[in-house]
Amino acid sequence: MKRTLFWLNRGLFYFLVVFVVVYSVFPFYWAVISSFKPSSGLFSPDPSFLPIPFTLEQYRNVFVGTAFGRNLLNSLIVAGGATLLSLVLGVLAAYALGRLRFPPKNAVLYIVLSMTMFPQIAVLGGFFVLLRQVGLFNTHAGLILSYMLFTLPFTVWVLVGYFRGLPRELEEAAYVDGATPVQTLLRVMLPLTGPGLVTTGLLAFIAAWNEFLFALTFTVSDVVRTVPPAIAFFGGATPYEIPWGSIMAASVVVTVPLVILVLVFQQRIVAGLTAGAVKG
Amino acid sequence: MLIQRQVRLAWLLVLPTLLVVVFVAGYPLAQVFYWSFFKADIALVDPPELVGFENYLFLLRDPDFREALWNTVKFTIFSVSIETVLGLAIALIIHSNFKGRGLVRTAILIPWAIPTVVSAKMWQWMLNDVYGVINVIGVKLGILSQKVAFLARPELMLPAIIAVDVWKTTPFMALLLLAGLQLIPDELYEAASIDGATRWQQFWTITLPLLTPALLVALIFRTLDALRVFDVIYVMTGVNSATRTLAIYNRQNLIDFQDLGYGSAISVAILIITFVFVILYMRSIGREALR
Repeated sequence: MKRTLFWLNRGLFYFLVVFVVVYSVFPFYWAVISSFKPSSGLFSPDPSFLPIPFTLEQYRNVFVGTAFGRNLLNSLIVAGGATLLSLVLGVLAAYALGRLRFPPKNAVLYIVLSMTMFPQIAVLGGFFVLLRQVGLFNTHAGLILSYMLFTLPFTVWVLVGYFRGLPRELEEAAYVDGATPVQTLLRVMLPLTGPGLVTTGLLAFIAAWNEFLFALTFTVSDVVRTVPPAIAFFGGATPYEIPWGSIMAASVVVTVPLVILVLVFQQRIVAGLTAGAVKG
Repeated sequence: MLIQRQVRLAWLLVLPTLLVVVFVAGYPLAQVFYWSFFKADIALVDPPELVGFENYLFLLRDPDFREALWNTVKFTIFSVSIETVLGLAIALIIHSNFKGRGLVRTAILIPWAIPTVVSAKMWQWMLNDVYGVINVIGVKLGILSQKVAFLARPELMLPAIIAVDVWKTTPFMALLLLAGLQLIPDELYEAASIDGATRWQQFWTITLPLLTPALLVALIFRTLDALRVFDVIYVMTGVNSATRTLAIYNRQNLIDFQDLGYGSAISVAILIITFVFVILYMRSIGREALR
């Protein structure tokens, strides 16, 4: 009796495990499968759960004669630019906030923290006006600048944590050897925060890569427009015809690099994500 | 002397960040407050006209604003509570020792890694009224008596969107709660087992009380996120009265109607609503983090 109960419990548990995995993975699996099917296979009353018949036609449709390649490049420029800029600024600020004597430290941290809470929508109108005033509307630079709103505070906040975690002795040893604070930062502290920089940069990049509201509002032409709004507006030959196959192909193209990055850096991302969340 | 130099250097290092903060947050925010007292179009073609509190008075009487607020509240309550329960369940599953737990943790990261716009499109295709896999499977298994147009029937739109949001954000919840679970020392459970407490009793007397801080953080985080929901709704149903939330309504006024004045007033209202939660957040964990 007890044995049966044990196996019943065990069975139920593994059923739940399988359910969680299928629930998490199936939608993406379905998108991948759909992207490899010809239209006849997609719009069928009895769709196959394997990519049969198999075709690369949808991928050709995404790239040939469209601006999608350009959109991808724009996303790379904007997300890469925003990540680099916030890492450079973030490292400097976080070092000062985490290691140096700086009386208004808490005030600055509070300002940065409150920025992470900011709903983007609340500054949409103000930012729109600002970008037009300075002539950065519908430019890469304008979009990068607007992304500072969420990538910079996140970077500062997480890096302050990393800097604080480093042992005091290292810094003191450097000072004893006659190093200036700037030398200490560049030669001693920065190499030690390497893993932290990678994680923080990766999370900032993902956030910028996925951003939709600003990209939708502050860009109007495909020369600047990034991937998320491009996918949202992916149209067919006529308004009545939604090219689901191509949309899925485009979705797979932008998601696969992210999924690979996340799987490779899994441990670090989970740590960075929880640190960032718990602290801000 | 050395101390003075350190303070000066610190200012120098923090300054670029502060300048960017003022430029990307402070200045636009000031603009929003300023324009909320004007009648103005967003391209500023016509000369703006100072109207005092008129935009705010209109907001209080605007049935569309009330509807958007109500949609936002419905979305927030349902999505956050479902995500919390589901996230806790998944966190408990991963936390227990079994073969393949690494695989489960990896699997749940996939929805998190997918851009919201992409997940919205994926689900839009799966929920397609004729060829969507959910309709196909549902009818085959007899769960659905006939195919359902999930994204065309007003009463089903919001639930469908909540389901998509739950799929996308539960992993984040689960990971936060898992981090909290891992902080609870094993000895407590061992002691409870010796005292004869059942698994169920252990959950209510040890797990839940000790998980409360992590749970609170996760809850406030998700609530703030849910209150500003935009992407998933805009992509799946567009601007539609059944799913129009505050963020959607705000952008509609600012960009589609070009109404900088009233749009700014809505932004201020959203800020005030958010502010209440930010204070809650600061109170619960801000102090500890700044120690």
